[in-house]
Amino acid sequence: MIANYGFNDASGDWFLILNTDKCNGCGKCVEVCPVKILKVGPDEIDIFREEPVAFVKHEERKKIKYHCAPCKPGYGLGLPPCVAACEPAAISFSDGWKACFKDSHQ
Amino acid sequence: MVEQGKPVEFWRWPETNWVNPDIDWIKGEWITAGVDVGSVSTQAVIMVDGEFYAFGNTRTGSDSPNSAQKGMDYALEKTDLKLENIDYCIGTGYGRVNVPMAQQAITEISCHARGANFMYGPDVRTVMDMGGQDCKAINVDDRGKVLNFMMNDKCAAGTGRGMEVFADLIHIPVWEIGPRSFLISREPPSISNTCVVFAKSEVVGLLEQGVPENEIMAAYCSAMAHRIMELLKRLGVKEKFVITGGIAKNEGVVKRLEKELGIKTAEQAWANPQYREKNYPFDTQLAGALGAALFGQSLLELGKAKSVRKT
Ligand code: SF4
Ligand code: SF4
Repeated sequence: MIANYGFNDASGDWFLILNTDKCNGCGKCVEVCPVKILKVGPDEIDIFREEPVAFVKHEERKKIKYHCAPCKPGYGLGLPPCVAACEPAAISFSDGWKACFKDSHQ
Repeated sequence: MVEQGKPVEFWRWPETNWVNPDIDWIKGEWITAGVDVGSVSTQAVIMVDGEFYAFGNTRTGSDSPNSAQKGMDYALEKTDLKLENIDYCIGTGYGRVNVPMAQQAITEISCHARGANFMYGPDVRTVMDMGGQDCKAINVDDRGKVLNFMMNDKCAAGTGRGMEVFADLIHIPVWEIGPRSFLISREPPSISNTCVVFAKSEVVGLLEQGVPENEIMAAYCSAMAHRIMELLKRLGVKEKFVITGGIAKNEGVVKRLEKELGIKTAEQAWANPQYREKNYPFDTQLAGALGAALFGQSLLELGKAKSVRKT
């Protein structure tokens, strides 16, 4: 399943995209996120899934703009930490974000 | 129209409840319930062996436990069923963790997907859940399983709550906004602000300028349609496309969205031919609670949940 957590700032709409089919629940993204908005736990959407999965904490979803926007190019250094840490490449961002990273990272 | 001297609650949808006359719950094996506590309204649905048995649709009260109780009491009102007869109850929606009679909570994304699948049929591919507090675009498979969902952090203007604030502001009952928004000579530009606070002052400004009420309603509905559109375009909307939640009842928003998308929403009617024939009430707001009750049924059948039925 693909979860898209979105926010909107002056530069447009952005989405943190989590592919739960690729996520192995290792928790590395949780560790590296500087503002600790991610969590690993039971899959709340697919309740029949047995393995734990990463998601954005409920209480943070409405405030995600304030958390994730500083990881954007120009603010952060390189890829957002959660994306860089995830080995199975389960986390990504919407196209606009990717375009901003094009020069320094692929 | 509005009676003199009587306080009118412009924002309030009428409360409803119903019991299925064709089901005798005593003959059923599993009785499950779903309670969807939203920020605006609360629904309870009771199912007997996965068939639609009763529901109550009420206004959310002072707190979640209280609202859940009210919704459940209302659903039980026309039945001879008691809470003790229910095998398993699942809470969903904004207040899902505070449903006192529930054994488990499941997110409304899953419940709306599942409920829409039951109500509109397995050919539903995109569900737009327009809640009181936020909206979510969901792609589902033929079993109602979530494949892809999209939510955003935007505030209440594009939601049921925003529409209620608006209804109250212009003193027009919320159920009249849809039809009246088409009684215009030309389609006005949309309200440009999507934040409820700014949208409010923009509306006040238009009222002061003497812009006709119907035109302001049209402008508000089209702003809302436009916002939903942004989410749907990103997600990729596929037919059969349905809208669940209270906004689905507002044709002023729905028709404008259809026009912008170039896709029609599915007819608001039961997929089950028997339900259609017997004219069981169809209410887009019930999808979440109905989906929750269906999850209860599946969990019991799979042995993943234990019945708490007392009598
Ligand atoms: S983008 Fe930054 S703030 Fe957002 S989840 Fe990733 S690491 Fe955390
Ligand atoms: S780092 Fe990647 S695989 Fe590990 S929990 Fe986070 S999203 Fe899942």
